[in-house]
Order: sequence, then C-alpha cells, then structure tokens
Amino acid sequence: MSWLPAFVVAFPLLGAGVTLLVRSVAIRRVVTFLGVGGVLAAAVGLLFAVDRDGAVVAQIGDWPAPLGITLIADRFAAIVLSVSASMLLAVLLFATAQLRRGEVDWGFHTKYLALTAGVSLSLLTGDLFTLFVGFEVMLVASYVLLTVRSGVDEIRSTMTYVVINLVASALFLVVIALVYGLTGTVNMADISTRLADVDPNTRLALSMLMLVVFGIKSGLFPLFMWLPDSYPTAPTPVTAVFAGLLTKVGVFVIIRTQTLFFGIDEPSTFLLFVAGATMVVGVLGAIAQNDVKRILSFHIISQIGYMIFGLAMFSIAGLAAAIVYITHHIVVKTGLFLVGGLVESEYGTGALDRTGGLLHRRPVVAALFLPLALSLAGLPPFSGFVAKLALVQEGVALGRGTIVAVSLGVSLLTLFSMTKIWGATFWGEPKEGGGEAGRGMVIATGLVVALSLGVSMIAGPLTDLALRAAADLLEPGRYIRAVLG
Amino acid sequence: MTLVTLTAAAVLFSAGTYLILQRSLARVVVGLGLVSHGANLLLLSSSVRTGLPPVVAGGDPQSMADPLPQAMVLTAVVITFGVTAFLLALALRGAILTGTDSVEDDVEDRRIAGAGERS
Repeated sequence: MSWLPAFVVAFPLLGAGVTLLVRSVAIRRVVTFLGVGGVLAAAVGLLFAVDRDGAVVAQIGDWPAPLGITLIADRFAAIVLSVSASMLLAVLLFATAQLRRGEVDWGFHTKYLALTAGVSLSLLTGDLFTLFVGFEVMLVASYVLLTVRSGVDEIRSTMTYVVINLVASALFLVVIALVYGLTGTVNMADISTRLADVDPNTRLALSMLMLVVFGIKSGLFPLFMWLPDSYPTAPTPVTAVFAGLLTKVGVFVIIRTQTLFFGIDEPSTFLLFVAGATMVVGVLGAIAQNDVKRILSFHIISQIGYMIFGLAMFSIAGLAAAIVYITHHIVVKTGLFLVGGLVESEYGTGALDRTGGLLHRRPVVAALFLPLALSLAGLPPFSGFVAKLALVQEGVALGRGTIVAVSLGVSLLTLFSMTKIWGATFWGEPKEGGGEAGRGMVIATGLVVALSLGVSMIAGPLTDLALRAAADLLEPGRYIRAVLG
Repeated sequence: MTLVTLTAAAVLFSAGTYLILQRSLARVVVGLGLVSHGANLLLLSSSVRTGLPPVVAGGDPQSMADPLPQAMVLTAVVITFGVTAFLLALALRGAILTGTDSVEDDVEDRRIAGAGERS
C-alpha cells in the first residue's frame, strides 16, 4: 500500500513527460485521461485503506523519516485528494469536449498533468520544503495554463497572479528558513515535536507568518485582491479547476500547519475575525459585479471564510464541518464555473447585461445551474446546507454567536447574488448569442452536478468520516507516530 | 558572519519590496529577484553548522557545513530562475501587445472609478 502516495505524484508527472513526446492529439488525450484517472483510482483506494488501517506513509528512497522525504496520506489528505481528482477528471472531460470544436490545444494536456501532480504532492507531502516544491509545480503549471491564449487581458491578469505568488513563495522560503533555524528539521512530524519546546511568542510569530503565506495562496482577507482579477480571464476549464482546487489546497495547508505545529485547542478569536471578514468582503464584492465568472470568483473568497470558520473553532466538530465544507465547495464551485462556461459558449460573453432568456433557449443549462446555486447559498437539501448546518451548530455550541450571525447573513447575500445571475441570464427575453454549448460540455457539467447531489446524499457517512479525520487532526500524536514510527 | 548575511538579507528584502511596488514591470521583476535572493540568504544563514564542504570523502562529518540548507537554496534558486524567465517573457509579450511595460489597473477598478466620476 505504501507505494500509493508516491504513485499519485509520479504517475501524472510521467504522463506529462509522455504527452511532450507524442505528436498525436488523440494519444495525448488518452494519456491524460489515464493519468488523471489513475490518480483518482489511487486516491479512492487510499481513502478506503487509510480509513481502515490508519495513515499510509511512503518514505521516498527508503530513507528513514526525519532524513528523507516523507509522503503521508491521512484521512484528511485522502478525502481532499479524492474529491480533487474527481473534479480534475470531470473538468478534463469538459475541456476535451470544448477542444473538439476545432481549437488548438496549446499543449494543454502536459500542463494539466503537471498541475495534477502538483496538487497531489502538495496534499500528501510530509515535508515543509517538498510542500514548497509541490506548490511551485502546481503554480508554474497554473501560470502557463492562464496564459495559453496570451491576449492583452490574460497577460495583465496573469502578471498580477505571478507576481503575488512569487512574493508568497519568497515568504514561504523565509518560513522554511525560520523553522529550520529553530528546529533543525523540515520534516513536518519532526517539526511538530520540536516546536513544542520553542518560546510561545516565537511560535505565535511563526504561526502568523504561515497564515500570511498560505493566506495569500488561498485568498484570505485581506490578501485576496489578486484572485477575482486573475481567475475570470482564463478559458473555462482552467478557471473551473483553479476555482475548485488551488485555493482549497491553500486552505488544506493552513488547516494542516495550524493543527499539526501549534497545538491550539481552543477557539481562536483572531481566526474567527479573519473568517468573518473574508465572508463579508467576498460576498459584497460579488454583489457589485456584473459578469458571471467575476461574481463566482468573489464567491470563492467568501466561501473560504466558512472553511476558516470551521478551523478557527479548533474542535473536532468544527474541523469536521470544515472538511465537509471543503468537499462540498470543491464540487459545487467547479460545477458553477463550468455552467458559467456553458453560458459563455452560448452567448460569447458572461456579462449579465448581454445574456438573457437561457431558460427558454437551453433549459438544460438552467437545470444544471439551479441545484449548484442553491447549494452554494446553503439551502436544503443540497450539500451546502449540510456543511453550513454543521458549522452553525458547532458555532452555537461554542457560544460564538457573532460569527454564526455573520455566516447566516452572508448565506442570504449569496442567495441574492445567485438570483441576480438567475434573473439576468436565465429569465427575461431570449437574446441572440454567438454559439451553442456542445453536448459533451453539458454532460461533463452534469456529472459534476450529480456528484454534488451525491455529496448531500451520503452526508451521513461523509460527516462520520470527517469527524474521524478531524479527530486525527486534533491529535497530532497519531500523525507523528505514523511518520517517525 | 551571520550578522553580515542577515543585514544583507534585510537590505535585499527592503530594496526588493520597494521595487515590487513600482508600476514598471521591469522594476517589479528586478524587485522579485532581490526578494528571492534575500530569502535564499536567510535560508543559508539558518544552517545549523558552518565548516568544511560537505563532501563524503572529505573526512570528519562533524567539521562539515550543514548541507541541507544549501540543497534547499539550490532548488529554490532553480525554481526562481525558471519563473523569472517566464515573467520576463510575459512582460515582453505584454510590452509588444500594449506598447508599455507598466502594470495596468484591473478592468473592474477602472469601470468603478469611471462610474464614480460620472455620478
């Protein structure tokens, strides 16, 4: 079993190499489907194995733990990896359907596989420096994916994205330098044991610095300004994958580092404030927009707030709610961006004032949008409701009324901004538009919607699994024993 | 020795930050280079031990420098190099398309600023 964590990183990278060598687009496509499909199969296998027998650890090159590079899949990582891989596969389907319509593929497959490998590595690594490398693999692939069309808009928005991420990477190096200087190790389990002896104020500074670094990656208040500017200009499949996965990898790492390194066991008012501010600013930004993809981009920010809300409570139920929220959000957000892409294919634009009457023209797109939008707002019986209910229940149980009120208010505003898209794009007089969304694109989006409905269908077992994963997170001893033996 | 490296890192960081905040992309790229060098210096100065080159055939391991930060800096340098090259290509492409190398405002910002002026 212990080869699986290495497999999900190496397999897509190998595939990326192969796609560089072959000329035929058909073969590249097959290799990419195999690569991403292999990661999905391995991730689901890992999830079952990890849930049954505990964390699966791979010591690369058989070097013993604090010396070599460790890859570790615990329940939390396996859940996020499985959901991410299924979204990568669904979006690949969408992209394939879109590319069939006569566009050049710009070496898309190579970058897509590299992105997959980067996501896997960032989620599974048990080593701070390898995490840096994983992030860079993921980011470099994303830089190139963002600029595939290299028009004026793409260049402008990607520039912001690259610069802000380079600054974050430099700060990440500073974090690594400080951690190494303090503890003499970059193995995360080893850091966790050694940081316990470090002065509490130094630890607080380190915790804040890590929050800044990963906060930039995940779009936390007030470090989110790059996100709504850079995501919407890219081609739809690219935006959908970024929206679903990249920021969530940042959130994953925030949750991992804060629980593993700093041994916090009471609600953090500071983090609750950041969570609330992220929610409010994100949703208010969304209301001010008039383009489908831009509205959805601001909602990413607002939703990140809910995940941090779950983390900030530092309780088993709170973290479990955050994990369920991440699962729900990755699926729903990817799906919404794919629907946004369908709207763009129909009208040639996502601007609200130039779309309208899609309900009559393509009812199926409306049928795909509605469950996702209601789920994002958190209405029952959709998956967003399950996740938000868990958050609110734990918030009330811990007596944090303010943040609960803020999160409910933001849900209402989310619903408002979803009705805005609905009213402008789906209702109204049918407007003339450029083209038609292909059947393959609709089917791929339909798969994501089905998965999102599936999340609410298996809410019970999923919550139980999340509770077990959260218990692991709050008990760093298990992680440390798994890595160091 | 550590003080010298740390001061150098601090100077690199402050000069780099100043340059990153400029409008001209060429300066931003140079600024990013400086900041990354600062981070690399800091990483080097976090070595547990300094000493002889860490070559296995070189004798007593206790008298050798700590090789891990050097390995990490090497990796970071390569990554920064690659990304900087990409950024320069991007800046060049932007300059060809728009005729300037200055960072433009977000489309949305311009729209909202325009709306404010009109009302």
